[in-house]
Amino acid sequence: MAAISREEVAHLARLSRLAVTEEELATLAGQLDVILQAVAQVGEVTAADIPPTSHSVPLTNVLRDDVVASCLTPQEALSGAPDAAEQRFRVPRILDEDVAS
Amino acid sequence: MTTTLPAYDEVVARYEPVIGLETHVELGTNTKMFCGCPTDFGGAPNTRVCPVCLGLPGSLPVANRAAVEATIRIGLALNCSIAQWCRFARKNYYYPDMPKNYQISQYDEPLCVDGYLDVEVNGEPVRISIERVHMEEDTGKTLHVGGATGRIHGATESLVDYNRAGIPLVEIVTKPIPGAGAMAPEVARAYVTELRDVLRSLGVSDVRMEEGSLRCDVNTSLNLPGEQWGTRTETKNVNSLRSVERAVRSEIIRQASVLGAGGRIIQETRHFHEDTGDTTSGRSKETATDYRYFPEPDLVPVAPDPTWVAELKAALPELPRLHRRRLQQEWGLSDLDMQSILNAGAVELIEATIAAGTTPTAARKWWLGELSRRANETGAELADIGATPKQVAELQGLVDAGKLTDKLARTVLEHVVAGEGSPAKIMVDRKLEVVSDTGALTAAVDEAIAANPAIADKVRGGKVAAAGALVGAVMKTTRGQADAKTVRELILERLGVQG
Repeated sequence: MAAISREEVAHLARLSRLAVTEEELATLAGQLDVILQAVAQVGEVTAADIPPTSHSVPLTNVLRDDVVASCLTPQEALSGAPDAAEQRFRVPRILDEDVAS
Repeated sequence: MTTTLPAYDEVVARYEPVIGLETHVELGTNTKMFCGCPTDFGGAPNTRVCPVCLGLPGSLPVANRAAVEATIRIGLALNCSIAQWCRFARKNYYYPDMPKNYQISQYDEPLCVDGYLDVEVNGEPVRISIERVHMEEDTGKTLHVGGATGRIHGATESLVDYNRAGIPLVEIVTKPIPGAGAMAPEVARAYVTELRDVLRSLGVSDVRMEEGSLRCDVNTSLNLPGEQWGTRTETKNVNSLRSVERAVRSEIIRQASVLGAGGRIIQETRHFHEDTGDTTSGRSKETATDYRYFPEPDLVPVAPDPTWVAELKAALPELPRLHRRRLQQEWGLSDLDMQSILNAGAVELIEATIAAGTTPTAARKWWLGELSRRANETGAELADIGATPKQVAELQGLVDAGKLTDKLARTVLEHVVAGEGSPAKIMVDRKLEVVSDTGALTAAVDEAIAANPAIADKVRGGKVAAAGALVGAVMKTTRGQADAKTVRELILERLGVQG
């Protein structure tokens, strides 16, 4: 059974704002499936005594003191922006979206 | 569109509302959640940004210890269990208010879980269960240009300022609250009010709803008695305590109207409008929500040391509910009297006025009387009325010293509220002090007797009550600045009558 369907790839492409053609969908679904099947092999060696790992280093509580550090200047901040106006990042219009939080 | 909405009383007689509240609090730390950029307001656009909060390649976030500590303290104050180990998560979405295309939040492992907050609604205790308290970061500010109204619809482009992106944010989520019935709007308001007071007592945020440092989303659903809970909507943009109550109420009525017409409620985000008190549809949640959360690889887990948590718990301040109960005893007030102080939002003001050197009775009289009346007239919050506790205490001091009558004190207070300075200064500047100069007062009394010979004769003849007219005449010439009792005694003395 395929690890990822053509519909799921289309859904992910939409969420990622990627314009993917019908032909590309078929190709990508096949390629992604191979990758996912390969990764899934890791699951076969899972042992009950190994917890799921999200971090490669066994560290906790790396915290920072609440002390102000230097910021970029607005010029520096905007230097990599494709477009800017009024000292702000300028982006294409956004519709039918909602903010997080 | 003119649809007739059903009456609220009818709606809540038929349906049972279930509400839930999600509250976001901006923490008052010096720096952002994951970088050292300052959090102060008012900077020019993009002057509080660095590679971390701009999400530039190669930058690494590091969590702010003070923000973690504040979150734990909030959790403890809300009777939550503090997780011994938890992680941050990425909430992925494409919207330019976050430059990373994700927000760092917490998902299935919040820092604090399973608490409660006791509130009072019309004197009755209500326990609100808390689902979770978690850490996340605030978003940047988008300015929509090209549209007719500056709103997102019709805009041709947006301009983004990331000064607020990365400000530490704590989200506090209640469990669903069933069983409130017709009181659901009041319960919602009481919860947010109490939560605000708790957060203020902890000193973790300035909790100003109007400025967005405390924000509230309200979930509402309706069901028929005995049936399953209905589909809920989430109302955003609720920016005052009054709006919390109004938003729940209007959403209950709207949903009943839809259900009554045979329609169904769609799970969606709705926006509350302060001016009309209505909600309008935002985005439907059925298609859009897929945030693909996964553990944030750039931040290591947070595992608070139990000793640290115990220390924080031991150092919690007296919480508002207990504090109020203690004050009520100290001030010797009935439940009803205390309730009226609470309703007026005057607890802290009265407390500070007493601390500035006056009695509980006098402090209560000014704040609940003259000042509350003015606040109601102008629609202002009592705390923003323009008089400080120190000024009110000073004013009462002048009354106690016999320099002002109650009536004159009210006049002085009006000028205090108008921003003319201290009560003592206003009293002198505006010549409002009680006329205590016996010479001047005697002259005014003699003048009144001479001008009203017929009345004077009546008084001499034993009709002591007639002296009132003479007192009035003296008060008139002294522009109300004499003590009426003293004036009366003086008149009777001049006319040779025993009072």
